[in-house]
Amino acid sequence: MNKTLKGWKDIPIAGVCWKPATQYLTGDWKTFKPIHDAEKCTKCLLCPMICPDSAIKWNQTNEEIEFDYDFCKGCGICANECPADAIKMVREGGE
Amino acid sequence: MTTTSWKPTAKEIVEKAELFTSGHRACAGCGPAIALRQVMKATRGPTIVTNATGCMEVVSTIYPYTAWKVPWIHTAFENVAANASGIEAALKAMKRKGRLAHENIDVIAFAGDGGTFDIGIQALSGAVERGHDFLYVLYDNEAYMNTGIQRSGSTPHGASTTTSPAGRVIPGKLQYKKPIADIMVAHEIPYVATASIAYWQDLLVKARRGLETEGPAFMHIFTPCPRGWRYDTSKTIEIARLGVETCIFPLWETIDGEYNLSPQSKIFALKPERKKKISGYLKMQRRFKHLFRPKFKHVIDEIQHRVDERWNRLLKRCNMTQSD
Ligand SMILES: Cc1ncc(C[n+]2csc(CCOP(=O)(O)OP(=O)(O)O)c2C)c(N)n1
Ligand code: SF4
Ligand code: SF4
Ligand code: SF4
Ligand SMILES: [Mg+2]
Repeated sequence: MNKTLKGWKDIPIAGVCWKPATQYLTGDWKTFKPIHDAEKCTKCLLCPMICPDSAIKWNQTNEEIEFDYDFCKGCGICANECPADAIKMVREGGE
Repeated sequence: MTTTSWKPTAKEIVEKAELFTSGHRACAGCGPAIALRQVMKATRGPTIVTNATGCMEVVSTIYPYTAWKVPWIHTAFENVAANASGIEAALKAMKRKGRLAHENIDVIAFAGDGGTFDIGIQALSGAVERGHDFLYVLYDNEAYMNTGIQRSGSTPHGASTTTSPAGRVIPGKLQYKKPIADIMVAHEIPYVATASIAYWQDLLVKARRGLETEGPAFMHIFTPCPRGWRYDTSKTIEIARLGVETCIFPLWETIDGEYNLSPQSKIFALKPERKKKISGYLKMQRRFKHLFRPKFKHVIDEIQHRVDERWNRLLKRCNMTQSD
């Protein structure tokens, strides 16, 4: 075997992704932003189950639904599905 | 096999840690990303995930970032089931040698429809035939999305994709969707289920059953893709629900080969007048837009006919018949 070539033990093992994706904010992708109406919200907990980006959180301390705009991509699924009509999509920066 | 009595409440689930996290780079409104989140909420303990090449692998691990909070191994487009077999065999060997700290470690393989219906079917068929103990989750967005919307064995009849384009003569894909879940039932494995991201509780219970199954379990999840199906990003769950309401994607499971219709679909067997027409479902997606031209209208009737035919066949397998 050619001495200048590396043996299989010298080759680095498969690439490892080592940074949590939560350090990469996807919130700036959005054009529309969900606005939550806590008065109308029945806390049915549907929206946190269907958000593709885990951007809707249940705050166990104050028992409230919270939106994480750092990750919300503004898809509008939550607003489309909310049975209480408690989420409205508004244009970013257009409030 | 025993069936789980686990019936998760919404509160229990939202309070459970996210094992597939925010910061992944799926398109806004991605159906498959919802499926991954939901399946990972059904885990029961230490879990190893392996992922075939495809959208979900790419968007969740763009170097150096990872959206996974569990050990996760990327594999090629065609061999995720072989990879899962190897992981499970290694765990077994370690356990035998007393080198495993955990009583049990679950193994989940995720793959898209291309990686399952087409190129991955040989690895999948072999892995379940050998009886490996793992859960295979097919997230079905009905085309090769990661590489730019090419048709697969899952793409439905009439859909326009970049390799089955609708034109003046040809109305999109000519073939019908391969009945993959029935093909898996024919392998005589202990557990097979279909699920939809629009019914999270049903999906979680089925995923847990799949994990608890000793031996191979297969789950087929209906996951609309706004990019490839060409609809507004807010409609993902609405379309996933319509898939069930039109019976183009009925929900059922087999336990040791016995077919059982899930409640979300059973309602349409008991009250057939509630079953929705397929045209409304097609109309919402621009991949079917050409079907509404006068020239191709007959294709909509053909699709409806095929949906009804498959639905009736399923009802027979479930020992139910359409009462109309
Ligand atoms: C052997 C091989 N052929 C082609 C490719 C290119 N490729 C990567 S992902 C992909 C399509 C994946 O489709 P699917 O499994 O449906 O997953 P999706 O991207 O839709 O989530 C293709 C063709 C590959 N990686 N390997
Ligand atoms: S879906 Fe609507 S009502 Fe339910 S928790 Fe979310 S905002 Fe509240
Ligand atoms: S708009 Fe989409 S990403 Fe944002 S919180 Fe609602 S469901 Fe999640
Ligand atoms: S192309 Fe479709 S499946 Fe792929 S990330 Fe985008 S929405 Fe999700
Ligand atoms: Mg696909």
